[in-house]
Amino acid sequence: MTEQVTGAQSLVRALEELAVEVVFGIPGGAILPAYDPLFDSQRVRHLLVRHEQGAGHAATGYAQATGRVGVCMATSGPGATNLVTPIADAYMDSVPIVAITGQVPSAAIGTDAFQEADICGITMPITKHNFLVQDADEIPRVLAEAFHIAASGRPGPVLVDIAKDALQAGTTFTWPVEMQLPGYRPSARPHGKQVREAARLIVDAKKPVIYVGGGVLKARAAAELRGFAELTGAPVITTLMARGAFPDSHPQHLGMPGMHGGVAAVTALQKCDLIIALGTRFDDRVTGKLSTFAPNATVIHADIDPAEISKNRTADVPIVGDAREVIADLAAAVKSEMDAGRSPDYSSWWRQCSDWRQRYPLGWTEESDGSLAPQHVISRIGKIAGPDAVYVAGVGQHQMWASQFISYENPYTWINSGGLGTMGFAVPAAMGAKVGRPDALVWAIDGDGCFQMTNQELTTCAIEGIPIKVAIINNGSLGMVRQWQTLFYGSRYSNTDLHRDRPQYLPDFVKLADAMGCVGLRCESADDVDATIEKAMSVYDVPVVVDFVVGKDAMVWPMVAAGTSNDDIKVARDTAPDFDYEMGEVVSEGGERS
Amino acid sequence: MSRHTLSVLVENRPGVLARVASLFSRRGFNIDSLAVGPTEHPEVSRMTIVVNVEELPLEQVTKQLNKLVNVIKIVELDPEQSVQRELLLVKVKADLTTRSHVLETVNLFRAKVVDVAPDAVTIEATGTADKLDALIRVLEPFGIKELVQSGMVAVGRGSRSITDRNTLRPVERTA
Repeated sequence: MTEQVTGAQSLVRALEELAVEVVFGIPGGAILPAYDPLFDSQRVRHLLVRHEQGAGHAATGYAQATGRVGVCMATSGPGATNLVTPIADAYMDSVPIVAITGQVPSAAIGTDAFQEADICGITMPITKHNFLVQDADEIPRVLAEAFHIAASGRPGPVLVDIAKDALQAGTTFTWPVEMQLPGYRPSARPHGKQVREAARLIVDAKKPVIYVGGGVLKARAAAELRGFAELTGAPVITTLMARGAFPDSHPQHLGMPGMHGGVAAVTALQKCDLIIALGTRFDDRVTGKLSTFAPNATVIHADIDPAEISKNRTADVPIVGDAREVIADLAAAVKSEMDAGRSPDYSSWWRQCSDWRQRYPLGWTEESDGSLAPQHVISRIGKIAGPDAVYVAGVGQHQMWASQFISYENPYTWINSGGLGTMGFAVPAAMGAKVGRPDALVWAIDGDGCFQMTNQELTTCAIEGIPIKVAIINNGSLGMVRQWQTLFYGSRYSNTDLHRDRPQYLPDFVKLADAMGCVGLRCESADDVDATIEKAMSVYDVPVVVDFVVGKDAMVWPMVAAGTSNDDIKVARDTAPDFDYEMGEVVSEGGERS
Repeated sequence: MSRHTLSVLVENRPGVLARVASLFSRRGFNIDSLAVGPTEHPEVSRMTIVVNVEELPLEQVTKQLNKLVNVIKIVELDPEQSVQRELLLVKVKADLTTRSHVLETVNLFRAKVVDVAPDAVTIEATGTADKLDALIRVLEPFGIKELVQSGMVAVGRGSRSITDRNTLRPVERTA
């Protein structure tokens, strides 16, 4: 197929051929030529956001919810630099997005022209790859390469910066195109010998843990994971990025590891003799102090990115490959070990793990001042909206509670900013998720600090018909930072109080929601929580914002303080789990504690 | 710490040097020396990078380098199995009384004089880092006015080539 077109038309044609259904963006001078043919496209929908950061996070939310490449577009200079945060966010969480930016005309590049910024230089360390296009003829090939790079191997963000004159020039659009990527070879099949060695370790182990990361979701391997886990019978833990990859209700699920992980998951990982790490990167938030992490464990580490293997923790059996293939191969290899009469026996390990799980379930205490407990609100949203809804969190205490107190039964129902920890992620990412999965119920669980960073996208949602629900867990403070000030800075609350002695509702989120074309609701007491959530769920046509006014003293527990060992996990302030007890004695109940 | 010589084949495109250099700096690896130039394939450039790291960080360097889309191939060259050369240009004080001594040194090191002025000579020398260091030490007493040195370039011994056609993958087609 060959057509005589402008560079801008060529760009839009390429997006159509790449089956892009939606682009989140804002026009401006340098990208303006692209917006003209985009206006006419019958296949690509453009959603006009209110801030380019919203476009970037929306592309991420879309990609995380659908598994497809998310696309955002911005003009040169400030438009492009506003994408930097979401690009860095997508890089840390390996999310396939393509950012298309306009650049000043070729002749002006390097002259400090109006709205010029070297966005390729700026994003070099936070993209999987980026391109500067100055020749209209290159546009289709570069777009094809950008989408291929973003989606294949370990996914990640790719930026395509296109000079304005390349968009305006006449060119020929040809499709399909030949990609020219001699240096790009995403990893091939897992190595059979390594897989067999891993299988031998698995059946020989006495105390294994399957440590599941976001790579399993990226590889769309939840079904394979379940099959493998059930075949081996080993305990499974899912990281913050992998919540939903394995059902929370599954008897083999021990919970989430890490700084705010459960006692059973953290302790099992710490005391195991074999770590089966799948699509995960031994992040510092999971390992705690690395030198004391899982001291007795042999490590099988499977990841599609060879650079992750032995980066933080040395792998005894490295396996490079796509998680779905690796898990399928591992299951087959374990099966043949079992068929040969070598079946694992984890029964005494399970007695131990079950005991930790039973003894230290996740829970919370009521607020001493009688205010609404944030954990209660989040837990009820999870119960009422159910396991088919998609939950999108911002960053901070509410994010941790949303990961702890909502039960995730299905993959792609939990979307959050894990690696970068980007406050303000929830509203735009929820918007993107809802666009990608319009039939799903999408709840953003946000904090009042986060919400004030990116709530302008609710106007976009109202205008474009994207009826998301937003629960603001409003404690009037930057809660996680405040928690650290409580614990580590002698309760000196330097600049974490968002009200500062002003009236409580500043801003008034209900009025703010109303002003942005959304339904605004407020809930201040535990008695009204269920009714308010149900009321929010009864609105189908416009976005709903619920201001849950909660206590500000609630803290996230358990906690492994930054830089300390997982052995030093605390279940409450100054309270370490007691491992010298009589087996079977229950020290606390799940759910609400008093 | 030990010195390692990496030969890195990269696509000959704008910005590739910046990608490689910024990767080293942001991952906290120090470059001892770096040289870039064309190869027998016009679309491929070759970088010779000398790094001073432990074994494990070296593995990280090469893995991270491999992730750069424009990097085609990385080979570590064993100093015993490769020819390694640097280029030195040094301007040394040399008047009528010292010039003959300077020239004697030049001959001893099989270097050559490439420019002569009434009070100075400019010397060109190639060799391993050790040889050039030795030359500089001998020239120092005469008075070094200016010195410039290239990064190391290196090539494996024997007939095999790391830039064989079959190491450069054919282009892919879109679906």
